[in-house]
Amino acid sequence: MLSEQEKKEIEVVAGHYPIKRAAGIEALKIVQKHRGWISDEVLSHVADALEMSPTDLDAVATFYNFIFRRPVGRHVILVCNSVSCWIMGYDTIVSYLKDRLGIGFGETTGDGRFTLLPNVCLGACDRAPVMMIDDQLYVNLDAEKIDKILGSYD
Amino acid sequence: MEKPLTQNIRPDGTPLNLAEYEKAGGYQGLRKALTQLSPGEVTQLVLESNLRGRGGAGFPTGRKWSFVPMGDDVPQPKYLVINADEMEPATFKDRLLMEGDPHQLIEGIIIAAYAVQAGIAYIFLRRAYVTARQRLKQAIEEACAKGYLGRNILGSGFNLELYLHMSAGRYICGEETALLNALEGKRAIPRSKPPFPPVVGLWGKPTAFNNVETICNVPHIIRHGPVWFKDLSRVPDGGTKIYGASGKVRRPGAWELPMGVTIREILEEHAGGMQDGLTLRALLPGGASTDMLTAENLDIPMDFNSMQEAGSRLGTGTIVVIDDRTCIVGLLANLMQFFAQESCGWCTPCREGLAWLTKILNAMEQGRGKPEDIDHLRLHTRLITLGRTFCALAPGAMEPLQSALMYFEDDFKRHIHEKSCPWRDL
Repeated sequence: MLSEQEKKEIEVVAGHYPIKRAAGIEALKIVQKHRGWISDEVLSHVADALEMSPTDLDAVATFYNFIFRRPVGRHVILVCNSVSCWIMGYDTIVSYLKDRLGIGFGETTGDGRFTLLPNVCLGACDRAPVMMIDDQLYVNLDAEKIDKILGSYD
Repeated sequence: MEKPLTQNIRPDGTPLNLAEYEKAGGYQGLRKALTQLSPGEVTQLVLESNLRGRGGAGFPTGRKWSFVPMGDDVPQPKYLVINADEMEPATFKDRLLMEGDPHQLIEGIIIAAYAVQAGIAYIFLRRAYVTARQRLKQAIEEACAKGYLGRNILGSGFNLELYLHMSAGRYICGEETALLNALEGKRAIPRSKPPFPPVVGLWGKPTAFNNVETICNVPHIIRHGPVWFKDLSRVPDGGTKIYGASGKVRRPGAWELPMGVTIREILEEHAGGMQDGLTLRALLPGGASTDMLTAENLDIPMDFNSMQEAGSRLGTGTIVVIDDRTCIVGLLANLMQFFAQESCGWCTPCREGLAWLTKILNAMEQGRGKPEDIDHLRLHTRLITLGRTFCALAPGAMEPLQSALMYFEDDFKRHIHEKSCPWRDL
């Protein structure tokens, strides 16, 4: 079941659009903020709240890369893999991250701390290479910086 | 030199609050528009200013607005949608404007909405722009509290609701009809055109559609007039432009400069030239989906018409610099992987074609290229064109490829003959 808080937040955002189902993506993001990811069960509750079918909502959920349909770690690392970061050393950065965390893309560390995902251009190309962890952007990355950054997350 | 778009942006990037923005002359353009001008007169001023869309296509903004039907018998509400998705790889200009001066964008939105008589506006903002989200949210609240948004704005009888919509990702959302579907809570798949959004847009209602940087120009045009705006530019297109550079230059960044500065001025004076020991070999002038240019083209002015004459596009005006130690084939494999992954999958040339091209380019980069691959690549650049696809994504993906094949065919041949990437250990 959705919590009262989740229901309330969904109701507010649904008011921004003339029809309820338009708030589908927003509603999924609200629930994901509280639960980390969207399970089948949660998806069908959200669909109910928006008076649409779970299948329709899943078609939307699976289209957008920021809706997670599988469990993720406590923190999600998004490494920019687009052209400017690629020129500025993406390959080195990403192999270092994978080694350091002992996981590949789409995987979560055994302690549930990090999920590693590639991401298209994060729009900070003048400070490449870059990554985001949750809502925080990190720029001009190198191995030393990455060590420090990873160490600051629990 | 006047820099209207960035004049309020502080060195530390913290934005002006409403009172500070007003003290700097903010919301005077809005006051003038709503109290002294009719909607048609606002559109006329923007038309006369020669402001062209800064999202990449360069369509005259005033003309775009003039396509929105006006009058009492038109379907209501009409909408204004601001494309703040900025997902073109290597583009970071709208981020600067939204983070640095959010009220400038909001003022522009209210004026634009007044011009087309839209009652509801959405800012479609990409998920990764967390700071922009916080600052816009704060600025919208301030503008609401001050009465610049809401009912009967400045006693004009004009009403506007403004909502910030956070995207959930995908490059295709930058395509305007795909964005409309995303806003409606659907998969972001482009719509068949016609009808065009100014007539049949969001929820079937007339919808004006503009990029962030475009709209940020509007308050200044209204306040200072079209002649002033045209004088900012070195070319017939009006205004200044946020140009940028990334890659191995000394000082990557973004700068507001007169429309029509040359590539050389941007790269040498502002970006500080190449890093030590590196030579410029090629550049993508306006994002991932623009044709490459070379060191021969540095004196071309960066405006819509000049770039087109040079065989490329201004695009977003943010340059990717490609140095002599960066492999062009590897770079294209990276670009094509991006376009293939971000294809919405709706039409076959894009869904299948880009994936195939990615395979060919990756194989070539890894030393498994075959001599006939070059012909296959070239054939696709002639097949995947506007008119054969549902939207501009796949044709855009062909632009860097076709130009690379034209300027750097030897690079492709060397990968095939040497059975490895000659740039690997550089």
